[in-house]
Order: sequence, then C-alpha cells, then structure tokens
Amino acid sequence: MRSIRAGRATVVLLIALTTANIGFAQTAASSQEDRIKALEERIIALEGQVRMLHQQAPAATPAALAPNAEAAGAALVAPAPVTTTEATGQLPTFGGNTAAAKALNPDISVIGDFIGSAGHNPLNPTPAFQMHESEVGFQAILDPYARGDFFISFGEQGVNLEEGYITLTSLPAGFVVKGGKMRAAFGKVNTLHNHVLPWVDRPLVTNSLVGGEDGINDAGISVTRILPAPKGLFLEGTAQVFRGDSADVFKSTVKNDVSVIGHLRGYRDLTESTNLDIGVSYARGHNDLGSQFLTNLYGVDATLRWKPLRRAIYHSFVGRTEFIWSDRQQLPSRANSFGFYTSADYQLGRRWFVGGRFDRSDRSRNASLTDDGGSLVLTYWPSEFSQIRGQYRITNFAEGIKSNEFLMQLQFSLGAHGAHPF
Amino acid sequence: MKYRFAFVATVLMAALTVVPFASAKKLNVIASTTDLAALAQEVGGDRISVDSIAKGYQDPHFVEAKPSFLLKLRQADLLISVGLQLEIGWLPPLITQCGNPRIQVGAPGYLDTSQFSEILEISTEQVTRAMGDVHPLGNPHYWLDPDNGRRVAKGIATKLGELDPADAAYFQQRYQDFDKRLAAAEKNWEDMMRPYRGRKVVTYHRSWPNFAKHFGLDVVGYIEPRPGIPPTPGHTIELIQQMRRDNIKLMLIEPYFDLKTPDSIARETGSKVVVLLPSVGGEKQVTDYFKLFDYDIALLVKAFNETK
Repeated sequence: MRSIRAGRATVVLLIALTTANIGFAQTAASSQEDRIKALEERIIALEGQVRMLHQQAPAATPAALAPNAEAAGAALVAPAPVTTTEATGQLPTFGGNTAAAKALNPDISVIGDFIGSAGHNPLNPTPAFQMHESEVGFQAILDPYARGDFFISFGEQGVNLEEGYITLTSLPAGFVVKGGKMRAAFGKVNTLHNHVLPWVDRPLVTNSLVGGEDGINDAGISVTRILPAPKGLFLEGTAQVFRGDSADVFKSTVKNDVSVIGHLRGYRDLTESTNLDIGVSYARGHNDLGSQFLTNLYGVDATLRWKPLRRAIYHSFVGRTEFIWSDRQQLPSRANSFGFYTSADYQLGRRWFVGGRFDRSDRSRNASLTDDGGSLVLTYWPSEFSQIRGQYRITNFAEGIKSNEFLMQLQFSLGAHGAHPF
Repeated sequence: MKYRFAFVATVLMAALTVVPFASAKKLNVIASTTDLAALAQEVGGDRISVDSIAKGYQDPHFVEAKPSFLLKLRQADLLISVGLQLEIGWLPPLITQCGNPRIQVGAPGYLDTSQFSEILEISTEQVTRAMGDVHPLGNPHYWLDPDNGRRVAKGIATKLGELDPADAAYFQQRYQDFDKRLAAAEKNWEDMMRPYRGRKVVTYHRSWPNFAKHFGLDVVGYIEPRPGIPPTPGHTIELIQQMRRDNIKLMLIEPYFDLKTPDSIARETGSKVVVLLPSVGGEKQVTDYFKLFDYDIALLVKAFNETK
C-alpha cells in the first residue's frame, strides 16, 4: 500500500517536473529565437557596413595624396613596414592587394565603333571597312567635392583625348564648374559622343559649320548653373572659355585668342511622358586666317521627346532640329552661312528603332555653295551593350554631284555600365 | 523721430530673428523610388516633405535623367537611393549636374539604404555580361521583404535625426510606431500566405527574390532568358515545357513589361498571369508601403485559389 502511494507520488512528481521542464524549455526556445533574430539583424547590419566600406574605399585615396602636414608625416612613417618585411626576408606581395586595389580603380569602359560603307561619294569618300573609333572611358568620383571623367579615343591611326575634365560638384550657390578638355555646350549634337548619336554619321551642318566629328572641343573652363524660373520650367545657363583651337572652326594664333561659348537651355515636362527641350547657343572665336578674323556661331536647337512610362522600354519618340548660323570674317568679304538638320527617331519595340534625317547646309567658307541630303536609319539592339545599325544616305553636293551610300555600323560596349543619354 | 527709427529697427530685428524659427524648415527629402519615399514618409511624418523620382509603374532600371528632376534634387537636404547599381543609368548624372553639395555621394545628405538590408543573390563568382544585365553587388529589389522595409525605415529615421537633431526623438518614436504597425500587418500577411508556402511560380524579371524568401514562394523560372534580355522563342519553349512538367500555374509580371509573351505562355500551359506590383504607386490605390503588400498579397491569394 505504502509502496503504491510512494509510486503514485513519484509519478505525480515526475509529471510535475516534466511539465515545468517543458515550460522552461519553451521560454528558453523563444528567448533563443529572439537571440538568433537579434544576431541575424546584427549580421545584416554588418554585411551592409562591409559593402559600404568596399564602395567608399576610393574616397580615401585623395586624402592620402593631400599635400598637408599630416599626410606628409604619414608618408614619412609609411616606409617603416617595408623595411620590416625586407628584414624578415619576405618579398612584398604586390598581387595580394588586388581586391582592394580594384576598389580604388575608376569605372572603365571601352566602346568600339566599327563602320562599313558601300556606294559612291567622290567628295567625302569613306573606306569599305574601318575601326572608326575605340573610346576608352575612365570615370570616378574623386572625393565628396568632385568627379573626374576621361574619354580617350583611339582611331585607326592616332590617339586623341576626346574629353578629360574634373567636375566640381560641391560649389556654393549651385554652380557646377568643369575644367579640362571637353566638348563645348554648343547645341545638342556637338555635346554628344559618337556612340550616343542616333545615326552612323553626323549631320551635314555639323560637318560644314561646326567642325565635324571632333566639333568644338577644346581645353578650357565651363561654368553651369540652374537659373531661377517659373515653377515647372527648367532653365540652365552655361558659360565657357576655351583656348581657341577647335577642328577647322577656331584657331588660336596668340595667347589672347580665346574662344567663348554661351548656352541657355529651357526644358519643360509637357506631360509625364512628353517633354520639350529648347536651347540657344553662341560661340565666338578666331579663325584660321589670324587674330584679326573672327567667327561667330549662333545656334537654336529643339527636341521633343515622348516615352510612355509604363512601356518605357518598348516605345519612344525623339524629334529634333538644330539651326546654325555662321558668320565668318574672311577676305575679301565675310561669309554668312546657314544650315540645319531635322530628325525623327521612333522605337518600334524593345530592340528596334527607325529614324530619318533631313540635312541642308551652306559651306562655312563659301556661303553660295549649299549641300543637302537625307538619311534613313534602322537600328537593332541585341542588348543594352551592343547595337547594329544601317543607314542609307543620299547627299546632293553643291558641285552637282549626287551620292548614294549605305553605311553599316557595329557598336559594342565593354566594362562599366554607363549612364543612359538624355 | 529718432525713437521711431529705433522702434522700426527693433521691430525689424525682432522680425528677422523670429522668421527663421517661424519657418523652421522641413527637411526636404528626395527618394529615387516611391518605396523609399513611402518609408521616409512613415518615419518622417510632418517634419519632412518627401518626393520621389521614379514612378511606381516605371521600370526603375530605365528612368530618364530629365532636367526637371534636377529642380527637385537642387532643393534636397537628403537623397535616398536604392543602391546596388539599380539607378546606375540615371542617378549619377543627375547628382553631378544638380549643383547641390548636400547630396553628393559621400556627403551627409546621401543615403544608400542597401546598407541596412538583407541582400540576396550577391555574386561570388566572376560576373560577365553573358549573364545579362546583372547586378554584381546583389539583387536591388530588396524593399519587397517587409523585414528589409523595417530595417530601411530605421536607417532613414536615424539619418533624419542626424540631419535634424531637434526632431531626432520624434523620428525614433515614429519608427517605433511604424515597427509595431508593420509587425501586426506582417502577421496578417503571413497568415494569408501560409497555405501557399512552397508554391512554384515564374516571374518576368528577377524582381522578387526577397519577397519570395519572406513569404515562402519558390521562383523556378523567368520569362526573360537573362536579366535585361527580352524573351526569346527558344527560352519561351523551354519555359513552357518546364511549367507543364512541374505543373506551375502562376506567372508574376511587373507592370512595365509587355504581356504578349506571358499571355501566350498562359494559353499554352493553362496558367495565369498576375501583374504584381513591385513598387508603391504601381496602381493609384497603392499609396503607401502597407498597401503595396495588401494589394500584392490579396492578388496572389486570389490567383492561388483560382489555380489551385
């Protein structure tokens, strides 16, 4: 009897113990879950910080280069570890640091531009095939106050610094200043690199009056600021001073022969998918006849864009026109030339674009000679990084010669993902 | 006369000293996407004014760098970006051109919220463009996990407090409140989605890994053969075969993709196309971060029930 009672007591005790145990285990489990969750949060936060440190690494370099006493002191101290490595007989491992070194590198891109042509053009002949341009870009944020951009273009023969400039992005009063060599802010086409043009070539008016493919592109300083304007209107003014050497447009024979460029841009969103972009430009410089001979250029450009936001990757339209007047002082009398182009480009689908352009221009040295022509363009995009384009071009030269040409272009882009042009 | 001058001067002085307090400026916050704007609004309340650049129904990879955005950025005290190269095609030129030192990369007014979030699909191997338009730093669609939404909100609240220390406590308190509301909503969303855990789905683009992870969906295929590459016939046929084999009945499509290919796949496989929103503002009624998940989850539950 006693043993039964004792047994019952043990069972009750055991049950009591197990229940207590389960309860304890449950609280333990939930607190463990909380701890795991807290640890998880900390890992996610740490991972984020590590990613940020990797990205921010480039900003650290200019500080090391800064010519202040602290940095100089650091530089003096720096060789010490090198001697220790030598003392222990170890070779410095130059390759070991590559991951960090890559983080300091600028974004590098290469864009190849291969052009083939067929047809007859006695005045401006192009070869059957040419590796027209290989443009190498180096771009990086220098420090919290500036960024640097270099575009070096390798032609089939020579190398040319297409652009190389610093942009000061943190100036007071909203000024953005660039210094270096750059494409001048004259109109639209002059500011664009070959690979973002909607055509294989450049318009006749660019070739005749604004220096062709190289265009107005010179060493100098540019100041840009967004100007006060009524709500909804974007107004931006740009003033630039250059050395005064640009293709066959401007030529600086003495130091004071600088060229100046002014550009005023107005932009307005008409709807969320349609916008209008209008600009007026002025350029003044000395021409190849000498310091006493000036060339004044005046330009008006207008661009109408349409891109429905919900289907932005499938359909778009860009209509553009540029009018340019050239007033060139020369002997026996000045030449007043005028030229323009009008173009339209429509995106048919994600990969297909069709476009057309009408051209007409006087020659800068002889305004009585007028060329005109037109082009039809079809473009295919296998991906964002390559492009195949065909252009059929008719040109009526002032000399009475008519040329019919077919141009074919392959463009391919390696490396860093650049910004989309607008 | 002298007194009058003194009086006027005093009033002017007083007015000058009072004005800055009276117009104690709201922080001007610009977010690159509507989702980050919505999260900033949650924690910023009435002490900030918020605007976004991309629209919710727009592909965030392909926003145009319109000058009108420069007008917004020029006034901003804080720019919040998704990061992980999502905005690489349009945000860098806007930042460079806006002439606003406060929001330059590295300045106190620039915040990349990917640093707060759990990031998936970080590539550990050599990345090449043969893989399509990949994001080597990880998948940038991380805001579609509510837990990341919470982390981002916390990060934004802290940043707002740094920029406006007087209101730091207010932002933290708003974050606490958001955290509570989100936890309650999350419980509800998870309850709704629980019966469908492990369901296999196909999506158009790789926009949904964080969403799928949080709600237990299994994304087994994509309509794009590679990120950023439009559908090809070969890949579409393979996908149809896979969907038939694995009995996959649901395709999730972002609102900015063409429905032609998904619709034809649906006809072939008897599956259903659901236009799921990746962002706040994708539809008019989806006005905040909560409504985004409300909308998507209601749509998913309905679609799962219809397709069994």
